[in-house]
Amino acid sequence: MAAVRERLLAWLHPRPQARAWALLAPGTLWLLLFFLVPLIIMFVYSMMPRGIYGGVDPGFTLEHYRRFFDPLYLDILRRTFVWSIACTAICLVLGYPVAYAIARGGQWKNLLLFLVVLPFWTSFLVRTFAMIFLLRDSGLVNNWMLRLGVIEHSITLLYTPFAVMAGLVYGFLPFMILPIYASLEKLDLSLLEAAEVLGARPVERFRRVTLPLSMPGVVAGCLLVFIPALGSFLTADLLGGAKQMMIGNLVQNQFSAARNWPFGSAASFIVMALVLLAVMFYLRVKDRAPGEAPLR
Amino acid sequence: MAVSPSSTTGSVVQLSRVSKSFGDVKAVDDVSLEIQRGEFFSLLGPSGCGKTTTLRLLAGFEEPDDDGGEVRLLGEVVNKKRPYERKIAMVFQSYALFPHLSVQRNVAFGLEQRKTPKAEIGDRVRRALEMVRLEPDTFARRMPGQLSGGQRQRVALARALVLEPDILLLDEPLGAIDLKLRKEMQLELKSLNKQLGTTFVYVTHDQEEALTMSDRIAVMDNARVAQLGTPAEIYENPRTAFVAKFIGESNFFGGTAERRNGGGWEVARSGGGRFLVPDHPAIREGRAVRIAVRPEWMDVWRPDAVPPGENAVGGTIRDVIYLGETMHLIVTVPGCDDVTVAVRNEGQLIKPLPWKRGDAAAVAWRPEDCQILEEV
Repeated sequence: MAAVRERLLAWLHPRPQARAWALLAPGTLWLLLFFLVPLIIMFVYSMMPRGIYGGVDPGFTLEHYRRFFDPLYLDILRRTFVWSIACTAICLVLGYPVAYAIARGGQWKNLLLFLVVLPFWTSFLVRTFAMIFLLRDSGLVNNWMLRLGVIEHSITLLYTPFAVMAGLVYGFLPFMILPIYASLEKLDLSLLEAAEVLGARPVERFRRVTLPLSMPGVVAGCLLVFIPALGSFLTADLLGGAKQMMIGNLVQNQFSAARNWPFGSAASFIVMALVLLAVMFYLRVKDRAPGEAPLR
Repeated sequence: MAVSPSSTTGSVVQLSRVSKSFGDVKAVDDVSLEIQRGEFFSLLGPSGCGKTTTLRLLAGFEEPDDDGGEVRLLGEVVNKKRPYERKIAMVFQSYALFPHLSVQRNVAFGLEQRKTPKAEIGDRVRRALEMVRLEPDTFARRMPGQLSGGQRQRVALARALVLEPDILLLDEPLGAIDLKLRKEMQLELKSLNKQLGTTFVYVTHDQEEALTMSDRIAVMDNARVAQLGTPAEIYENPRTAFVAKFIGESNFFGGTAERRNGGGWEVARSGGGRFLVPDHPAIREGRAVRIAVRPEWMDVWRPDAVPPGENAVGGTIRDVIYLGETMHLIVTVPGCDDVTVAVRNEGQLIKPLPWKRGDAAAVAWRPEDCQILEEV
């Protein structure tokens, strides 16, 4: 065994390309097997007639793609996009100051980071259930507001768009904070001093130096929130009830209760294509935005 | 205190008994100095001596302690003023160019912040780049990441000079570039200082750099100014052992003042023998005396051939070191540290030094070349 290892290493040593492939191989194989193959299966399914007991029957049809363009489904699609964008925007507004504070947090930095990551110690499902206890008519939020006299009767929070948005923002906020923190943390402080000595007051300094230099973190954070938000179904399912369906709920529903695998597959592919377009558009706009125009 | 109208002449920077502590550590301790308009003034010292903190007090990144004296720029007390409220410019050790902005955007930054009319900015950026010898058409659109260290240095300088500041602060700006370019930049900085009439306050730990460029130098040691003077004063008349050691090389001798002899004093050396020193107000009969002598002001003789009237100590040659321009003779002398003597290299192939390791020799110097140190 040791001899085989020796010979393998001796063979790899002068071949940097082979070494790169050897390092890539395990992960690549994993993704091929468990991501690409199912994706191909789904793509094929999305163009086959629906089987009576789930699955598919032999044949070819584009019926499922056509069906998706029903106003009912387009409405869900529109809502999903609006909510995901809103969720991303809220996470950005809430997350940026937090990331900034942590990056400047001095001795508290590690503790604060730990607190940001702490929710991941419990399952997202459990945490979303916990939000039900907070938001329901006799939940903590209503109780406190009643006791403080802010409201006279309980107000309905659960199963409203507000509840879904609160759940989405709560769930995805760390994914916004962490990349922004990472880019702010490595920001060279002498750049801020240079801006100051060149006459920039704090607001200008932020606008012209801190913000542009943290853009990579902002971009990464927005993608990390927007894409999973678009595909999420658990939050809308638990906190939104049946009225606040997102595209993820539709897909999940088609695969489970409705037993319409081909339609679920087609919906998935349409969403995937739209996400791809949205991300490409976003990266385009972002590349054009932060650089400042040359003089003259 | 309003800006004094006399600020066109006289001192533009005044520190009066300025102190700055970080926790229990005094970084700057009771420092007072004045810098004249147009002067090239260096703060020189080893790392941790307080020179950078002094510069940061001028820039406004640090505030003096509550009872820590006054910082005045152009006659105005600025203790509590933020950097953007001070009319200064600064070149940073790391250059601190904005990596997301092109060269011209970097240089224009300060002008834009100071609300300079748009039409004027392009022109002034161009002139600033030309001043630091960067061809505007070649470099204006480049990003800092596409420049060499020396070019970045020049952009950083242009970014500061474009503001036509009264006072330019420079924090070891040449620390990161190679020796040859550094020498070139030293001369360029010096000529910019003279040509523009801008006051330069320059922080460095490199004594040679400070001697080359400065009109005056404040040597800092342990949060205080150890000595302030022209390069010649600092080099030729160091007041403390620290200054004598930090600026150039020195040999130290100690002893006790015995009696007046002509215009000077006769000192009994701790290791035996006597030497003469010039008169100095600090010398009293029976007091300890410590002197420093520069290696190039000494010579090595055969023990029986010392010129009359010179101070001499006997010893043994320990090493002969070839340095190119000069030769160093290291001489072991009883009762003090090894003595280094520098002699001109007149060509070791044609006319080699007549000394080798183990030779008995006398080190001699003229009494007037003794630098009497104030602390013993």
